[in-house]
Amino acid sequence: MRDSIRFIRKGRMVELRDIAPTALLLDYLREVEGSTGTKEGCGEGDCGACTVALGRIRDGKLTYEPVNACIQLLGQVDGCEVVAVEDLADRDGELHPVQAAMHDAHASQCGFCTPGFVMSLFTLYHSGRRAVSRPEVNDWIAGNLCRCTGYRPIVDAAVKVCRSPPTDRFATASADTESLIGFLSDNEDIFIGDSDRFFAAPASIEAAADLYEQHPDATIVAGATDVGLWITKQFRDLPKIIHIGRVRGLDHIGDTGYELLIGAAATYAQVEPFFRELDPDLGELLRRLGSKQVRACGTMGGNVANGSPIGDSPPALIALDATVELRKGRRVRSMPVEEFYIDYGKQNREPGEMVIGLLVPKMNASHIFRCYKVSKRFDQDISSVMGAFRFTVDDDGKISEARLAYGGMAAIPKRAKQAEEALTGTLLRDSRAWSRAFAALREDFSPIGDHRASVRYRNETAHALLGKALIEAAGTASNRTRVVGHRVVA
Amino acid sequence: MDLGDIVKGSPPPAVVHKPKPHDSAAKHMTGEAVYVDDIRTPAGTLHAAPGYAPIAAGRVTKLDLDAVRKAPGVVDVLTADDIPGANDASPKGIGDEPVITPERIMFYGQVLFVVLAETRDQARRAARLARAATAPGMPMIDVDDAVVADSTVLPDYTFERGTPEDEIASAPRQLGGEFRIGGQEHFYLEGQVALAVPGEDGDMYVYSSTQHPSEVQHVVAHVLGLDSNAVTVEVRRMGGGFGGKESQATQWAVIAALGVRKTGRPCKIRLDRDDDMMMTGKRHDFRVDYKVGFSREGGIRGVDVTFAARCGYSEDLSLGVVDRTMFHADSGYFYPTVRILARRMRTNTVSNTAFRGFGGPQGKLFAERMIDHIAYSVGRDPLDVRKANLYGGAGRDRTPYNMRVEDNILPEIVNELERTSDYRDRRRALAEFNASSPVLKKGIALTPVKFGISFTLMHLNQAGALVHVYRDGSISLNHGGTEMGQGLFVKVAQVVAEEFGQELDRVKITATATDKVPNTGPTAASAGTDLNAQAAMAACRAIKERLFDFIEQEWGVGRDSVQFREGKVIIGNRAMDFGELAELAYRNRVSLSSTGFYKTPKITWDREKATGQPFFYFAYGAACSEVTIDTMTGEMRVNRVDILHDVGKSLNPAIDIGQIEGGFVQGMGWLTTEELVWDSAGRLMTHAPSTYKIPTASDVPEDFRVALYESGGNRADTIYRSKAVGEPPLMLATSVFSAILDAIISLKPAVMPRLDAPATPEAIMRAIRATGAGDP
Ligand code: FES
Ligand code: FES
Repeated sequence: MRDSIRFIRKGRMVELRDIAPTALLLDYLREVEGSTGTKEGCGEGDCGACTVALGRIRDGKLTYEPVNACIQLLGQVDGCEVVAVEDLADRDGELHPVQAAMHDAHASQCGFCTPGFVMSLFTLYHSGRRAVSRPEVNDWIAGNLCRCTGYRPIVDAAVKVCRSPPTDRFATASADTESLIGFLSDNEDIFIGDSDRFFAAPASIEAAADLYEQHPDATIVAGATDVGLWITKQFRDLPKIIHIGRVRGLDHIGDTGYELLIGAAATYAQVEPFFRELDPDLGELLRRLGSKQVRACGTMGGNVANGSPIGDSPPALIALDATVELRKGRRVRSMPVEEFYIDYGKQNREPGEMVIGLLVPKMNASHIFRCYKVSKRFDQDISSVMGAFRFTVDDDGKISEARLAYGGMAAIPKRAKQAEEALTGTLLRDSRAWSRAFAALREDFSPIGDHRASVRYRNETAHALLGKALIEAAGTASNRTRVVGHRVVA
Repeated sequence: MDLGDIVKGSPPPAVVHKPKPHDSAAKHMTGEAVYVDDIRTPAGTLHAAPGYAPIAAGRVTKLDLDAVRKAPGVVDVLTADDIPGANDASPKGIGDEPVITPERIMFYGQVLFVVLAETRDQARRAARLARAATAPGMPMIDVDDAVVADSTVLPDYTFERGTPEDEIASAPRQLGGEFRIGGQEHFYLEGQVALAVPGEDGDMYVYSSTQHPSEVQHVVAHVLGLDSNAVTVEVRRMGGGFGGKESQATQWAVIAALGVRKTGRPCKIRLDRDDDMMMTGKRHDFRVDYKVGFSREGGIRGVDVTFAARCGYSEDLSLGVVDRTMFHADSGYFYPTVRILARRMRTNTVSNTAFRGFGGPQGKLFAERMIDHIAYSVGRDPLDVRKANLYGGAGRDRTPYNMRVEDNILPEIVNELERTSDYRDRRRALAEFNASSPVLKKGIALTPVKFGISFTLMHLNQAGALVHVYRDGSISLNHGGTEMGQGLFVKVAQVVAEEFGQELDRVKITATATDKVPNTGPTAASAGTDLNAQAAMAACRAIKERLFDFIEQEWGVGRDSVQFREGKVIIGNRAMDFGELAELAYRNRVSLSSTGFYKTPKITWDREKATGQPFFYFAYGAACSEVTIDTMTGEMRVNRVDILHDVGKSLNPAIDIGQIEGGFVQGMGWLTTEELVWDSAGRLMTHAPSTYKIPTASDVPEDFRVALYESGGNRADTIYRSKAVGEPPLMLATSVFSAILDAIISLKPAVMPRLDAPATPEAIMRAIRATGAGDP
C-alpha cells in the first residue's frame, strides 16, 4: 500500500502525500507550482488550452499523450512524466522545434490557445509519425480550439516540424525517462485519505473490486473525461474516488480470432486500431467521438458504464452484438450491452458492481456493417443522431439478421426492433422492404427535441442513416453518399 | 557604409511593410506571455464569483444568503447595497445595466450577488447556495416576442432614398422574403477576467482584459464614487476580444474593484466559461423582411428592407451596431431607391454587443441573400447578377446614406478573383457533378466585401500615444490601443522603429494604461492601427523635430541632410549611433519624450439627418467558396475557398493574412456550426464549447487560397497607405452561405427555399424540404 502519488516533473520525481480526491492537474500546475503557461479556456475538456503531455510506457516504449489538465485528476498522473509548455524551450531560451515552427509560421495571434497547441504538436512530434498529412494534423488538433488564426498556419507548422525525427531534449533523455518511469511503476495499491474520503488507485482487479464492494458510494474513474466535469461544472462532492487506470491488465485488448476482449481501462486510443480493423466506419467513429486528448484518457468501458443516451460507442456495440462484463467483489457476470441499459440514467448494475470489460464479436464475410455520426460540427461534437447497422446477408442476397441501433433517439441507446423485423428475411435490394423499415422507425422511436436537433430532424435523420446504410450495402460507393468519412478501399 | 550613397533620397522602408512576427509570438510559444489570470497576485487576494438570477423576467422578492456566507472560505458577499456610487456599468452611463441588480430581473443569468472567498473554487461553490424567492414575469425571449410587445431599446431608424415602394411596384419583377440570421458567441479563448489591487488614498489599480480601458476606468470611478484620476486600468494583452470585451469587460472589473472597496483586500474575478457565455452579450441576431423590384436581367430598382435585431435587456452598443447593419445593407451594390428600416428590440436576454463587424455582417448577409434570390428567380448565375449591381458607372455611386463611394475597386477585385478562382470552369464542372450525383450536391459562390472604416460615433475617431527615447537610444512606446491578438502592437512599433531608423527590438512595447495615455476610445472598428499608429508617429515626429533643431544648432546641418536609418543617424557626412545622439541631446537639455495625437480627417456624420461621410474610406475584398452538401442529412463540407482581399499597402503582410484567414474562419463558423439556442424560459442552452461549436481545424477547407490584392495603396491618407483589416474579412464568409444555397437550389432550380443562418445540417435539411426535393 502506498499513501502517495509520484510523477516526474522536469526530470525529477515529485511525491505528493496529501491530495484531495478530486484535485485537478491544472490547479496543481497553475496554483501550486505557479506554472501559468498552461491555460484554462473552458474547464471541461473541450478547448484544449490546458493541454499537457503525459509521458508513459506503452507497448514497452516511452510515449507522450496529450491530455486536458482541466479535467485530469491529479491522482491519475501517478507513474507518468508530466510535461507542460514551460518545459519545452531550452534554459537559454532557445525555442523547441515545435515552438520554432509555430513561431515562424505566424501561428499565434492572441496566444491564449498557443500553449495547448504547442503541447498537442509536441505529442505529434514524438508520435513517430513522419510526413504527416494535413487531415492527420487536423485530427490531432481537433481538441484544440483557436478563435483567432483559422488554423492554417498551425497546420503548416505541424506538417513542417514532423518532417524530421525528434531531436529535442526529450528524445535525448528518453532512456533516462524510461528508467525513471520504470522505477515509479510498482504493484502497490494507492490509497490516500481515510475511509470517508479517499483517492484510491488499486493495482489489481481484485483490490479494485473489493474496494468498490466495500464502498459502493465511491466513484469509479477511468479517464475522468466525464467525471472531470462533475467536479468543475456540477460541483458534485465526490469524496471517494477509485481510479482504475493502474489496475494491471485492465487496459488489455485481446483478440481471440472470433472476438475482441476490451479491458475496461483500455482507452479509445488503444481500441481505435482494433475497431478500424473490424470496419473502417468503426475506426472513423472512434476518431470522431472525441478529441485526441479525450481519446487518450477516455475509455469505452467508461462510455458504456456511465449510461449516457448520447454516448457514441453503445449503439455501435449493440449493433455488433457485444457483451459487457461486470464484477462485484469476486462475482463476475455478463450480459448483452443492450440489456445493460434500462432507462435514462439507470443501468443494470448493482451497487458496488463495476464494468470490467467488453466482448465484441468480430464479423465475417456475411456481415455488412455501417455506422454514421451526425453532429453540428464534424470533430469533437456530440451526435444529434448516431446510427450503427449490422446486416447479415446470406448467399442468395437475403438479410437473415438486421441489427439497427441508434443513439440520440431515445433515453437510452436502443435498437429499432420493428425496422429490423421489416428487413429480416427480405432481399437486400428490395426497396419495398426498405420503405416498410423506414416507416417502422417511426414506431420504434419517439425522440425529444433539444438544442442539438428537433424531433423532426431526429426522425428524418434516423430514416436517412438507415437509407444510407442500405444504399451503400446495396453497392453504392461511400464517396457518392457521404461528405466525410469515406470508407478507404483497402 | 558609403555615406555618399545613403544621404541621397529618402531610404526605402526597412521595418514597415515587412512580415514581422507578432511581438509576443515567442512568449506565446513558451507560455511566458502573461494574461490577467497569470499575474502573481498579492498575498491575501480574494476571489469573486457571481450568483445569478434563476428567471428571465420579474423580481427577487427575497434573497437568502445565509448558507452562502457560512460556506467554507467565504469572506464576504456583495449585493447592490454595497455600491457606493452609481449602480451602472452601461457604456453610456444611462443607468440600464446594474452591476448587481437590486431587485428587478431582466435576463436569466443576471448578477444578483457576488461571493468573495479565499479561493475561486470556494467562491464558485458558495455562489450556488443562495436561495432566491422570485416573482417571475412573462419573459420576451426572441425578436418575435419583442415585436409583438413592441418593446424596443431605442427608436426605429431609417435610411431612405426615393420612393422604393413605387419603384418596386413598377419594376418588371418583384419578390420578397423573410429569413433569420443567428447571433454568435465571441468565444475569446481567455474569458472575462479582472484583478483589482488597492492603492493609497482609496485609489484602485485594475488589471482588466478589456478592449476599452478608459471606459473601465471611468465606470469603476463612477460606481465607487471616485474621481477618474483615482483609478488606473492596465491591460497588457487579451486572449482574444472580438468585440466581446469592448463594453462587456467593464462589469467584471467593477465587481473586482467593489470587492477591494468592501474588504480592503486585492480581488480577482475570472468567470467560468459557462457563466461567461450566459452572462455576456453576443452578436445580435436578426429577423429580416425584404421586398425588391428589379429588371428582367436582375438589375435592382428598389429595395425595402426591415431589420429587427435582438438587442437584449439593455441598450449597450446597439445604436452603433444596428446602424452599421444599415450602413452595410448594400454590401457592394447600388440601390437606386431604397428604404432600410431598423428596429432595436428589447428582450429578456443578455445584452447583445459588439462583435467583429459590429452589425455589418448581418446587413451584408441580407444583401447577398437578396441577390441570390433575384438571380435564381431570373435564372442567371448569381455572380452575373452581383456584377451587374455593383457600385460603379454613371450615377451609381451613392450609398443609401448618401455618401459617395469614391474609392471603389470592387469590379477589379471581383473580376480578378473570378479569373484566378477559375469560377466559370468550376461552375460548369459542378453542374455536371450534380447531374450525376443524386445524394451529394455541390454549390459555388463568389461574393464581394465592402466595409466602411471609421467609428460612426464621431468622437471615437481620435487617439493618443506616448513615446520616450532613453539616453541609450532605446525607445519606449505606449498608446491607447489594446492588444487582443490582432497584431496592433507590432504594427505600431514598426511605425515607430521606422521613424527612428531603428531595429524593431529597440522599441519596448508597454502595456496600455490609463495613466499613460488618457481618454482613449475602445480598440474596435478595425481602426486600432489607423488611429494609434498615426498618434505614435506624431509623437515620434515631435521628438525628431527637437532633434533636428539640436542637430542644426550643434553641427549646422539642415534636416534635409539628416537621416535616421539602420540604427544610425546620418548627419551630413557624419554617422553616429542613435544612442550617441540621444545622449548628446540629453546633455544639451533636449526633451526626448512626447505625446502624440491623431484625429481622423474628413469624416462627418449627422445621424439625425442621415447624411455625411461617416467613413474615411472603404476596405474591399471578395471570396469564392465551393461546398458539398449531403441532401439526406444536411451535412456540409467546404471544399475550396479563394480569397482576394484589399489591405492597401500592407504594414505587415503576415499579420494581415492572419486577420484575413482568422476572420474568414470565424465568419464561416457564425454561418454554419455556431448555433445559439435559448429555451422558452430564457435559459441559454448552448453555454459551453460542448454545445456551442466554433470551427475546428478540420472545418477549414483543405484548399484555402488567400491573396492580398496588389494595389497602389489606400487612396485615403492613412498610415503608410495601409488599410484596416480587423473586421472586413469576416464577411468574406458569406460566400460559404451563398454556396450552400447554390447547392440546395441545384435540387430544384428557380425554387428559392428559405435558409436561415447558421446553416447547420438541420437548417440545410429544412431548406431542402422546402424545395420539395431531396427525399432519400
Ligand atoms: S480548459 Fe478547455 S479543455 Fe481544458
Ligand atoms: S491565437 Fe487566439 S485563440 Fe488561438
